[in-house]
Amino acid sequence: MGNVELTINGVRVEADSGSTIMDAADKAGIHIPRLCHHPRLSMQGACRVCIVEVEGVRNTVASCCYPVRDGMVVRTHTPEIQRLRRDIVELLLDNHPSDCNTCERNGNCELQRLASAMGIRERLFAGERKRYEKDLSSPSVIRDPEKCILCGRCIRVCGEIQEDAALSQVYRGFDTVVMPAHNAGFMETVCVSCGQCINVCPTAAFLEKDATAPFMKAIADPDTIVVSQMAPSVRAAIGECFGLQPGRAWEGQCFAAQRALGIDYVFDTQFSADLTIMEEAAEFVAKVKAGGPLPNITSCCPTWVKYAEHFHPDMLKYLSSAKSPMSMQGALVKTYWAEKMGVDPDRIFSVAIMCCTCKKFEATRPELHVDGRAAVDAVLTTREFGWLIKHMGIDFFNLPEEEPDSPLGSSTGAGVIFGATGGVTEAALRTAYWMLFDKDLPKEAIEFKAVRGMEGVRVATVDFEGLKVKAAVAHGLANANRVLDRLRGGEEFHWIEVMGCPGGCIGGGGQPYAGAYAVPLDEAMLLCRSCALYDLDAARTLRLSHANPDIQGLYRDYLDKPMSHRAHELLHTHYYARVPFGIRPQEAQL
Amino acid sequence: MAYRREVLDTPDWWRELDEYINDQREKNRGHVQSALIPVLHHVQDRYGFIPDKAINHVAQALGVPTSYVCGVASFYSYFSLTPKGSFTVAVCLGTACYVQGSQAVVDEFSRRLGIRPGETTADGLFTLVEARCLGACGQAPVVMVNDEVHAAVTPEQVPNIIAHYTALAPREPASSNMA
Repeated sequence: MGNVELTINGVRVEADSGSTIMDAADKAGIHIPRLCHHPRLSMQGACRVCIVEVEGVRNTVASCCYPVRDGMVVRTHTPEIQRLRRDIVELLLDNHPSDCNTCERNGNCELQRLASAMGIRERLFAGERKRYEKDLSSPSVIRDPEKCILCGRCIRVCGEIQEDAALSQVYRGFDTVVMPAHNAGFMETVCVSCGQCINVCPTAAFLEKDATAPFMKAIADPDTIVVSQMAPSVRAAIGECFGLQPGRAWEGQCFAAQRALGIDYVFDTQFSADLTIMEEAAEFVAKVKAGGPLPNITSCCPTWVKYAEHFHPDMLKYLSSAKSPMSMQGALVKTYWAEKMGVDPDRIFSVAIMCCTCKKFEATRPELHVDGRAAVDAVLTTREFGWLIKHMGIDFFNLPEEEPDSPLGSSTGAGVIFGATGGVTEAALRTAYWMLFDKDLPKEAIEFKAVRGMEGVRVATVDFEGLKVKAAVAHGLANANRVLDRLRGGEEFHWIEVMGCPGGCIGGGGQPYAGAYAVPLDEAMLLCRSCALYDLDAARTLRLSHANPDIQGLYRDYLDKPMSHRAHELLHTHYYARVPFGIRPQEAQL
Repeated sequence: MAYRREVLDTPDWWRELDEYINDQREKNRGHVQSALIPVLHHVQDRYGFIPDKAINHVAQALGVPTSYVCGVASFYSYFSLTPKGSFTVAVCLGTACYVQGSQAVVDEFSRRLGIRPGETTADGLFTLVEARCLGACGQAPVVMVNDEVHAAVTPEQVPNIIAHYTALAPREPASSNMA
């Protein structure tokens, strides 16, 4: 890869010989409009919005997939190119519902922004419009093909980042539709509800299933006791719903906002994150002492669990039986807390505010019900939470910083970092060490920096008084496959953490849409969000789950000890192979 | 030859398909996905269409995600995802045939069979399709019924063609249990 020199709009630009015109222009600070292109996905060249003129080439070329050459002369914004680009975007609009005013992505839509930047102020064409039914079968993700502009980002994120391949383009030409196999509803497919299709979709062809309506109904009913919990990553990203740059947590304001919405008891999923650590670390320590079965594979990510059930049924035996923090919290609210308060669990409406779309699916899993009741009655995404705050006229940034309610609200720094990839591993190792050696790690050894960061797979060996604990951390399901391939190839691990979404929960499918000058899945954005969590952890006095006094109290009063009979009843679950059996795309780039 | 759909979904049928898939896997060693189109051709040739069950089977056998197989099978107009009649009547509407009056021939088939192009008669005997150039322009207008070519067809000959194939039809037009 040598360097080449080319001229873009009269400016001399250096570029790697393997790069595209778009890469070179980006480096030179020239923004070529684009739609189907995504820096983390394969080239598509489908939308033609990024066309440019290259001297000596007869037709315009798509700059996102046209390689640079030495001496190339490129023009990106000539009147002719501007006219063509305008028409290309208008033709997309032509076959798109004109319902921006009532569309959920109004103001957050790349097509809308593009139409504005192209200067489309009147419609010159009037053509046929496609009409399709929505797929409402999934509790997590809605598919609306009428909004689809066939950019193929969803197909690529699903096939390449997640290696799930639930989606494909079907039929041809004007009739092309993005759909799962056999046009089945998502719930009958290998879809794992991760919601990354929602994150990368430039329009509203994918959305989360709304849970605000049942929530508002519960709030309005005076006989219903509404109890909430909130995932760590929500506080790290909520500011983006109000136009802020990522990187700052708004923890106290989030609790105040929940009270302002009318929620009766505001708890925190981080409490149960600490609890998950107690159970999972105890399970891990038991496995280590018994000599297996190892590795212990984490199970707190519902996307990963569903993926393993479809694609890796042979690995289910390694999955920790511990429920996710959300489901543990839900189970405790309707048992421990209801008993403590003397209220009928049927009067409780348990709502979880999550960064995740798959949590909506998790809440419907029958094996997670407690005494015949759903542990969680509604799951709101960060986006839905942000919308509710606006909808109820709450001045978010001027809210006082409040604390969650007791006793299911307190948490340590270990619970906070659950939201970032590697966080569960770090938190669990802190407590596993204590369980094995009956003493805490020295202060300077609390942070396992080796498992932090954005690299797809991180493997670190931690010294446990002579026992070399080998842990692997993967985020994004393709990376999980890489680790499992190594495991099947004979490499030994003690511990494997998998988070389904890039970056972990902070990159979840329910997080705020990327803003006007941001790119979904952008690593810098994900890093900023995770830093917000690590900052919260560093600022905590208590950073070890087992040091949480309310966790200690819960075991003392109710659960006895980790892995006890009662803990098993309430906090552990099981998994089963699912049909259809998943087929990994591997090299099948069709 | 009429499609023998009564043999569909028997163990022999699937065994034969697996043998063919294994052959193709061998031939496309290192790039098994390349076997997809020949395998879909095989299914279509033997059964007249590509049922969902066969798509699932092929996807598993080749290790290509089911959604991608659906994408390929639906992309090419040669492949049909719905059952076709025992006889597929393809009337050429390419330029040469069209100027020789093939539209009237399609219309006559359509009227006599009571179906529009793309549809199949209720008794499962005939599927009518519009073709784009069958490569026999010298014999325009051309009609192909399965693999037999009828040259210089006029609307007046349509009833005879229909009667000829109706007489050849299997006694009990089998309906697929795989559709």
